[in-house]
Amino acid sequence: MTSAPRPRVALFVTCLVDLFRPTVGFAAVKLIEDAGCEVVVPAAQTCCGQPAFNAGDRKDATELAKKVIATFEGYDFLVAPSGSCAGMIHHYPSLFAEDDPWKARAETLVARSHELISFLTDVRGITATGARFAGSVTYHDSCSGLRELGVRAQPRTLLSAVEGLTLTELEDSDVCCGFGGTFSVKYPDLSGAIVDKKAEKIEASGAATLLAGDLGCLMNMAGRLSRRGSKIEVRHVAEVLAGMADGPAIGRGGKGTGR
Amino acid sequence: MKITSPAFRENATRALGDRTLQKALKNIEKGFIAKRIQAAEALPEFERLRDAARELKTHVLGHLDLYLEAYEKKVVAAGGHVHWAESAEDARRIVADICERLGAKTVTKGKSMITEEIALNDHLEAEGLIPVETDLGEYIIQLRGEHPSHIVAPAVHLTKEQVAGDFRRVHTHLAAERDLSEPVTLLGEARTVLREKFLAADVGITGANFLVAETGTSIIVTNEGNGDLTQTLPKAHIVVASIEKVMPTLEDVDTMLRVLARSATGQEMSVYTTFSTGPRRAGDPDGPGEYHVVLLDNGRSAMLGTEFEEMLRCIRCGACMNHCPVFQAVGGHAYGWVYPGPMGSVLTPSLIGIDAAGHLPNASTFCGRCESVCPVRIPLPRMMRAWRTREWERALNPASARRGIGLWAFVAARPRLYRLAARGAALALRLLGGGTRRIGRLPFFAAGWTKMRDLPAPEGATFMDQWKARGGRGA
Repeated sequence: MTSAPRPRVALFVTCLVDLFRPTVGFAAVKLIEDAGCEVVVPAAQTCCGQPAFNAGDRKDATELAKKVIATFEGYDFLVAPSGSCAGMIHHYPSLFAEDDPWKARAETLVARSHELISFLTDVRGITATGARFAGSVTYHDSCSGLRELGVRAQPRTLLSAVEGLTLTELEDSDVCCGFGGTFSVKYPDLSGAIVDKKAEKIEASGAATLLAGDLGCLMNMAGRLSRRGSKIEVRHVAEVLAGMADGPAIGRGGKGTGR
Repeated sequence: MKITSPAFRENATRALGDRTLQKALKNIEKGFIAKRIQAAEALPEFERLRDAARELKTHVLGHLDLYLEAYEKKVVAAGGHVHWAESAEDARRIVADICERLGAKTVTKGKSMITEEIALNDHLEAEGLIPVETDLGEYIIQLRGEHPSHIVAPAVHLTKEQVAGDFRRVHTHLAAERDLSEPVTLLGEARTVLREKFLAADVGITGANFLVAETGTSIIVTNEGNGDLTQTLPKAHIVVASIEKVMPTLEDVDTMLRVLARSATGQEMSVYTTFSTGPRRAGDPDGPGEYHVVLLDNGRSAMLGTEFEEMLRCIRCGACMNHCPVFQAVGGHAYGWVYPGPMGSVLTPSLIGIDAAGHLPNASTFCGRCESVCPVRIPLPRMMRAWRTREWERALNPASARRGIGLWAFVAARPRLYRLAARGAALALRLLGGGTRRIGRLPFFAAGWTKMRDLPAPEGATFMDQWKARGGRGA
């Protein structure tokens, strides 16, 4: 990075981070700023529209897509601490007809939209974040980031540069955790069986901390691990990379450990 | 067969509680997945072959009428007969008529999902014929009065102990104390029993993996050789195949074969790849006296030109279901009809209607692993979503879900209202989480979440509120 003007990055906070885990948002801000960018958090943002899109409700999905496009198109980049939400934005062009001017606007936004970790490595050329984390971690590849956006090596590259951290690969790290958005409440038994299998693999890894890049998957796995009585801590990968993993882990920090 | 797809949820719950089934399903993960990746990695051009296979199939679907007519001419020129069947009923009648004309009593069958789709066995039995499945897996499930749970490995839902029990129950002419503890002894016993059936059969029925327009050839791939005996020994060989199986040339089939077995079982090639062109010719040492092809549409031509056309590229390798977390958890029978797994979740609604099959495209996490291993790169999640869209447009999904999404979308489209709602939710969930920071029980739709797992409580105020309070840059 030379004296070129700092790119303006609009942070797409994501609805889950906004509500459940603001720490991830602040970690994202720090990482993006450290990567030489200016961070703006557009106040008009809400949700990417994925629940409507995946429910088959194209009308609402389209309406929300237009709001995201209008809110975020004036920046150099849109960055989201989620492969799922960033992946959804990559679906926007499919919502519009070829001759609809919104299609071109959607495509322009897609070209500027990135999942956080891959933005740091692939766009900003970051190879280390300077963070320290004492402990053993394992990493789950969330499906949307992995298969829609090709996020696989990037988090491992940055994690391997974290001082004090040992990464133990998770068996079947590329297999779905069973979250699937509304799938988790529409088919609870099925979702529960899939996340239970995932929890077994996480426990078998021997790591003290589980990391991933999507809060939906993290809450699913954290919720199942705690229901199983596991002591494994669960965090968003950005928390560790930003050196902001000193607070309570997801679903932790209360007075007791039991329910 | 009875369609139980509307009861998918109950089927799945039962499957999850079936310990024997769960034990059998573990074999899928152990077997198919590792072998496929080994085979794919051993072939440097595998990804390019997948692209080529996709392009070939796409080309064929764009010129299906042309290739089918060319294929028919070649079959006829080779002395065979082509029968066009618009519906399952047409196909069943055509097959039964041929059997009746030949005075057939027993019919051997090679493994064929199309004959499952048209419920041919039930129909032949009703006509007084005895259909005998000759693929080992199919033979086993026929003994049990079941249907295939997987399109490549029909009996993958069973353990070898269950199969041994079935053989003892049915093969009562064999010594009771014989050892049936190993798969190879089971195979040997089935082979001995089936040998007599092969020799006695009047008609042999197979499916087809490919039909070749260039030569009028039908092709099957098998690992047991049962297909060869099925189609070579009887008086007549009937091929029942759906229209999208046609390929332009033998060379094109070569491309498809190179991705098929690798994707299905991790083999470079299946053990047998058998080409059939017409009936026995003068001077041929063996072969059927008659050769018939029943070309089945059964709703496929109606998929052409729609968002589901790409589903017709499917070559039935089963990789999508092998890699599907939902299929791995519940097996194939839970899907309630012939085609399970992701390919079934797209194809079944096309064939039996979304009204009956609505659960199937919904029971997916959209993890995308199916598409990532599909040899012809069918965008399965996208098409499952397309079915959900059709359901939404016809208001077929539950009213509560529609209201929920509608209300959420109303709020999400209004940032100030949304901020207020998020603030309220953060506060309420914090209170519910209490001292432990996690919630063990929630009401209404969220009860599904807490049935299986805790809900981590929010950390505190929302990010947007905290950001504003810190004077962070907004716009």
